[in-house]
This record gives sequence, C-alpha cells and structure tokens, in this order.
Amino acid sequence: MGMTISQKILAAKSGASKVSAGDIVLADVDLAFANDITAPISIDFVKKLGVNVFDKRKIALIPDHFTPNKDISSANQCKIMRDFVKERDLPNYWESGEVGIEHALLPEQGYIKPGMLIVGADSHTCTHGALGAFATGMGSTDVGFAFATGKSWFKVPESIKFIYKGKRNRWVGGKDLILYTIGKIGVAGALYQSMEFTGDAIKELPMEDRLTMCNMAIEAGGKNGIIEPDEITIEYLKERNVKESDYTVFKSDSDAEYSKIIEINVNDIEPQVAFPHLPENAKGISEINDDIKIDQAFIGSCTNGRLSDLQEAAKVLKNNKVAKYVRLIIIPATVDVYKQAMKEGLFDIFMEAGAVISTPTCGPCLGGYMGILADGEVAISTSNRNFVGRMGSKKSFIYLSSPAVCAASAVAGKIISPDEVVK
Amino acid sequence: MKFKGKAWVYGDNVDTDVIIPARYLNTSDEKELAKHCMEDIDENFTKKIKKGDMIVAGYNFGSGSSREHAPIAIKASGISCVIAKSFARIFYRNSFNMGLPIFESIEAAENIKDGDEIEINADTGEIKNLTTGEVYKSTPIPDFMQELIQSNGLFGYAKKILNK
Repeated sequence: MGMTISQKILAAKSGASKVSAGDIVLADVDLAFANDITAPISIDFVKKLGVNVFDKRKIALIPDHFTPNKDISSANQCKIMRDFVKERDLPNYWESGEVGIEHALLPEQGYIKPGMLIVGADSHTCTHGALGAFATGMGSTDVGFAFATGKSWFKVPESIKFIYKGKRNRWVGGKDLILYTIGKIGVAGALYQSMEFTGDAIKELPMEDRLTMCNMAIEAGGKNGIIEPDEITIEYLKERNVKESDYTVFKSDSDAEYSKIIEINVNDIEPQVAFPHLPENAKGISEINDDIKIDQAFIGSCTNGRLSDLQEAAKVLKNNKVAKYVRLIIIPATVDVYKQAMKEGLFDIFMEAGAVISTPTCGPCLGGYMGILADGEVAISTSNRNFVGRMGSKKSFIYLSSPAVCAASAVAGKIISPDEVVK
Repeated sequence: MKFKGKAWVYGDNVDTDVIIPARYLNTSDEKELAKHCMEDIDENFTKKIKKGDMIVAGYNFGSGSSREHAPIAIKASGISCVIAKSFARIFYRNSFNMGLPIFESIEAAENIKDGDEIEINADTGEIKNLTTGEVYKSTPIPDFMQELIQSNGLFGYAKKILNK
C-alpha cells in the first residue's frame, strides 16, 4: 500500500520510511509562524522555557490582524512581538508598510516551497498546501513548542481525494469550487483529514485560485488542503527566484489509500454563494430567487485579497457605481498586491465606483475593525467564514462569495450574478 | 479525577467565534476573556453557570479559528469540562495544551438534557447522568496525549526533548 502526498511529507520529516493513517509522529518543521493575536502566547512559551528559537530563519512573526493597531490592547500585543523580534534579532518580521496578510505574504515572497512541513498559529495555515507543502494550523502553544524545539507532533491523517473534471464556467474560480465542495461534504466533512485536490480542472487552475481552495480546507474541518506541484507551481516559484533544486516534490502513490474519493464535475458549477451562518450553506447564484439586499460588500482577506481577485473585481466594477447606501470595502492582502493594483489602474476603477481602499490587514474578516457590521445588517464578503457575529454584531448576516459576485452585488445593492452587471 | 456539575446543552458546530468573539482578542488575559465566554450564542452564559458545570454539545465543537483564547475562556469561566459528539481538530489539541478536559461521546451528547447533573470519571472516561441514572462511555484519550499529560503538558514535553 502506497502513501498520499501528505503522508509522504510527514514520513520524510519524521525520518520514517513509511507512515500510515493514525500513526503519531514527531516531525521537523521547516517553517513555524504566528500573528499579532496568537504570537504573544507562543513567545511566552519560549521565554518561560528560557531557550533560543530553534532556527531564526525558520520562524516568522507577522503582525497582520489588527495592524495598524486599532486600539491600545492590540498595540500592546504587537509590541510584545516587536520587542521579541528585536531582542532575538529575528529576520522574518514585517512592519506596517511592508506587512501583508500572512497567508498571502508568505507564498508571494517565496517562503513557501513544495515538500515543506509548515505550522502556523492561525487556522488558515492550510492555504500553503497549494504549493505542495504540508501546512496546518495549530494553537499558539503548539507553535511556541515548534519555535523552541523545531518540532511538532502530528497524527498522520487519512486523506479524501477530490477529482475535479471538466471546464470552469465564466466567473467560476477557486472560491466557487471550494464553496461548492464544502456545500457537498459539510463543515465537518473532512474532520481530521487531509483534502487532496486533483483532476484536470485543478491542473488548469491558476496558483492564486489554488491558494483560495486550500485556504478553506479548514472550513470543512480538514487538517490540510494540498495540491501536487506541477508546471504552474514551478512557474510560480520561478517568478519568486525559487529554483527547482531548492525543494523536493512529493506526489501521491498510485496505490495510496483514501478514505473517500469524490468526483466533481466542474461544468455543473456556477458562481456560489454561502448563506448565513455556515460555509456549507452554498447555493448556485441562479438558485437564489429572493432579493437579498446588502449593506456592505468586502473584497479582501487571506482567501481572496490577491491581485487576480482585485483584477476580477475591477472587471465587474469598471464603469459602474456602488449602489446607494452600500459600503464597498476593498483590502489588498499585501503591499505588493497594493502596489501592483495601483500601477494597473485598478484603484482608479475602485474609487470611481465609490469603493474605499484600505492598507493590508485582516480587519473586518474577523470582526476586528475597518468595516464592522451593525445589528440586522447584511454583508457579502470574499472571506472564509460567515459564522454568527464573525464580522461584528451577532445579529448581522454574512454571505460568502467570489470577488466577482461580491463586486456585482455591491453595484446592484443585492446579491446578483456578475453576468447581470457585465453584459 | 472526578468532575461534577450541571450540564448546559448546545447544538452542532459551536465555533470559536461564538465561544470568544474576535472583538475581545486584543488580550490573552484569561479573566477578561472569561467575561465574554459564549456571549454570542448564549448571552446569559456567564451569569447562569456555576464553577464545575459542563458544556455539552453536538458535532464539530470548537470549529473555526486556531485561537487558544477559546479553551482559555471556557476554562477561566469556571466550566470544568466539555462533552461533545466530536471536536474540531485544532480545538482538540488546544484544549489539551490549555488543560481543559474534553470528552468525546455521542451517546452522552444525545441523552443529556439542559440542567442534568453529571459526574465524570476522567480516568475511565465514564460519564454518569445523576439526574436520570444513565451511564455513557467516552472515546479513550490517545496514548500519545496521555504521555503529554504525564509529561506535565506540552511545556514539560518540550523540556524533555530539549534535554535529550
């Protein structure tokens, strides 16, 4: 019996020739990171142990959630991080003006390579599996343990293989594929398991869409999302000066064991919208019969704040105006995305449409700041969670979608297909 | 070790955003976090619970964010342990790391009613419903996690590894 790509990485990093689902391994991590909310507890762990971090180059501290700081408490949390970085002279730290959302920043800057074992004190760490790495979110203490020892323990997961076949329809991207998938299997459909995304439709899927898909593996309860490296991966890395000799490509064996194999015909998928209050409440845009009026539209987050997301939104917003009394908030995920969007003239389109553009931050996605919802308000968001109270009032309602659907809805003032705005 | 207290019952997919909303994550102070525990799912939670009480829930308890603030808030609120049909993966690990005892038991979660008096033997995983007299079994804690507990948590385990 062979191994899946996830199992192979865990075997390689724990020095075993073979591992099976259910085994517990203590493995060497290649990268461990935390953000301004989670890092203080990890730092405390290292300090209490009274040790150095295991390898300065292999840890990263990213103040992205509540920066530029929203209040005194969040400023104090960032100070804990910054002081630790200074004291230990840690290289992988980004200050406001350089920082972006961790799961957009790390791949963009070439930190993520195929075959790596990555742990992050943030549940969306699973994003990085898009590059053929094993990446999973953990709590601050687990990541503090990794900072100190360079190791982490893992229960080797079973894997579900998803095979996406066929051609994507217009306006259908990674976000729609993953919302559709979660709609099919449910928010606990991959609990404790690895989600392996394969098939012809994935082979043709751009890297940024792959990052979006793997980002939401956690929303199905998954331990990690992963895609085997291919030409698109190699090209993406080349653009970041990462050579093929810098990494190891793992692929699933043909006789690897899967707990389930799920085939999905991509031809059948139209733009998706997940209804409140769970990502599994996904519906095709044509299945929405009621007028769902919105108060706010948010384009950004570690799910959909990358350049191609903003380009997609701009296609819809060009020569259009945001509906009266609707706020459209656009947050490029990193400084590079921000710069490039500005150069390409996307900001002109956004501002002409009546959107507001913020510096990179997680901000409203988790109800931090920069667009909090009032009682009874309705938002459409390109982020990853529509839980009760996630973006503000517990009496508000969040719908999840792609940037195209989100932008179109901002123009119409209600949830609508991009086809109705862009003829 | 035994836990005894009243059960407070919730449904499936109780996520970390309702356990401790992100608007309170500008601190890791446990007393501050405890004040807002479960606030968005049950605004009377902190008023009605007594020290030692238990949360009983359905599938996928603790889904969502990796915030350790969730088990910290629950523990600091006075809750002695959580019984659920299943737990989200990160929450499961975090609870062990934070010293919040959790028990996986479908039959307990299905049968326990709001307000039932419950007694749990943490060593055997046996859950007793003192109100109805029923007894339920929970999934045994994996060996490796028992080893972690015996090493005095992840902190003790880190010391062990670093001294090797």
